[in-house]
Amino acid sequence: MSFDAAALRAQFPIFREEINGKPLHYLDNGATAQMPQSVIDAVSHHESHARANVLRGVHTLAERATEAYEGARGKVAAFLNVPPEEIVFNSGCTAAINLVAYSYGSLLKPGDEIVLSVLEHHSNIVPWQLLAERSGLVLRVLPATEDGRIDVGALSRLTSANTRLIALAHASNVTGAVLDVPSVVGEAAKVGARVLLDGAQRIPQGPLDLQALGVDFYVFSGHKAYAPNGIGVLWARSQILEAMPPFMGGGSMIGRVDFTGTTYALPPRRFEAGTPPIAQAVGLGAAMDFMARLDWASVEAHEMALTQRLMDGLGRIAGARIIGPRGLQGRVPVVSFVVDGIHPHDLAQILDQNGVAIRGGHHCAQPLMEHLDLPGTARASIAPYNDASDIDALLEGVAMARRKLA
Amino acid sequence: MSEDLYQQAIVALARDASHAGTLEPSEAKITRDNPLCGDRVTLTGRFASDGSLSEIRHKTRGCLLCEAGAAVVAANATGIDAAKAAQAGAEMRAYLNGSADKAPWTSGDAFAPVRAKKSRHDCVTLAFDALSGLFQTRS
Repeated sequence: MSFDAAALRAQFPIFREEINGKPLHYLDNGATAQMPQSVIDAVSHHESHARANVLRGVHTLAERATEAYEGARGKVAAFLNVPPEEIVFNSGCTAAINLVAYSYGSLLKPGDEIVLSVLEHHSNIVPWQLLAERSGLVLRVLPATEDGRIDVGALSRLTSANTRLIALAHASNVTGAVLDVPSVVGEAAKVGARVLLDGAQRIPQGPLDLQALGVDFYVFSGHKAYAPNGIGVLWARSQILEAMPPFMGGGSMIGRVDFTGTTYALPPRRFEAGTPPIAQAVGLGAAMDFMARLDWASVEAHEMALTQRLMDGLGRIAGARIIGPRGLQGRVPVVSFVVDGIHPHDLAQILDQNGVAIRGGHHCAQPLMEHLDLPGTARASIAPYNDASDIDALLEGVAMARRKLA
Repeated sequence: MSEDLYQQAIVALARDASHAGTLEPSEAKITRDNPLCGDRVTLTGRFASDGSLSEIRHKTRGCLLCEAGAAVVAANATGIDAAKAAQAGAEMRAYLNGSADKAPWTSGDAFAPVRAKKSRHDCVTLAFDALSGLFQTRS
């Protein structure tokens, strides 16, 4: 079945924008995906007709807001095939991982070990470093394979009876490589460790069955999945969440507040102190609806065809080199590359002149850049609304940049 | 237009390797990183008896704007003292944010197109910041 990218693109008002007099070729979806009109409308409708706080008021607007907020939780749960009470809303991946590091981390003892990888985003490194410093934990770091994957084969020598958690990117935000989850889950089971996946780059690729995946924690950000900024998700199984102490204190997360001893709400409310990002959650729910309507087999075929076109095109440009898997197997449509003699920032700036939006830099993955001995990479990340003209504009821009600067 | 950012004058500055490298031995060494983009400038210097810089080299891993800034710093900082180094940095920031008409140590308008690109100002000023820090690291 062919995929109608143009029809999908028409749902996104941002593509009416021109950049420097050129059509917008948006290939920075790995940083922020654009929002379809249906999501924008859902947020606008909520703010126009249901703006109120949730879980507290009894008036009509409060009821509407609560229903919309909890409805969004249900939509996320359905997308991940988990119960709604296991979905914790927060501001994004960073907040979610910090929550786990602080709360679940408080249950860990000095000498306990956490396994990360050299490919992680800073948001899946620094919270664990802070925890390790606080609690005397040991961090182990999985290396990268030559083609930019997490070297899962090294897990057996980095895990031990002291390993409590393995926290890895489900898909790399630099190389696009998808993690071999079954192997990680298998190795974790051998030593009784929990597994946390950073799903930031995987979630835009469609629904997941977290129960089948066999991991213990999953986090993602809404803004990479067609939702507004400022909303994200932590998922963990109920028995894990129930054993975790609160992260932030305040309204909504309590059972009863008393100066002789405060009790706390059951999850997920225990981890949603204060007024939550209600409209953003509503937007995330609408984004889940949007994604649920897509034919993901067709989307994947479309995105992989564009990924191949991009990699083939880069292969024809002298001095251009792909950083990460060269093939389509086990990857998301995120492609990093470097061009000899041109810094990624300069390349991104020149591409912007052609209306092409990509990301250049270290992608919040400085340990990986050190490992690769690169200052950064240029990164194109593809979404279903992209088409061949976006890839071709990028390739033309790279060739132009080479003529100008290399 | 962003293309103007890469006009010949700034490319020429960035490609000027006349003060690139590392002084061995040096009396002061400093590395400054831009945490947002990963650009890195390392300056090494030697000093005259009056405290002024007698020699300076830069080693830069960064974008073209960062390289151009570092080249300008290394080509012009010989003979200056800490106060003048700080002044040059302040003047470059003032030039980029539009509150001054002339960039320090440059003839022509090589950095003029950068003024409209606020996200790139730190690329240019990284070496100027390093220069101020270099005086403080003097052994």
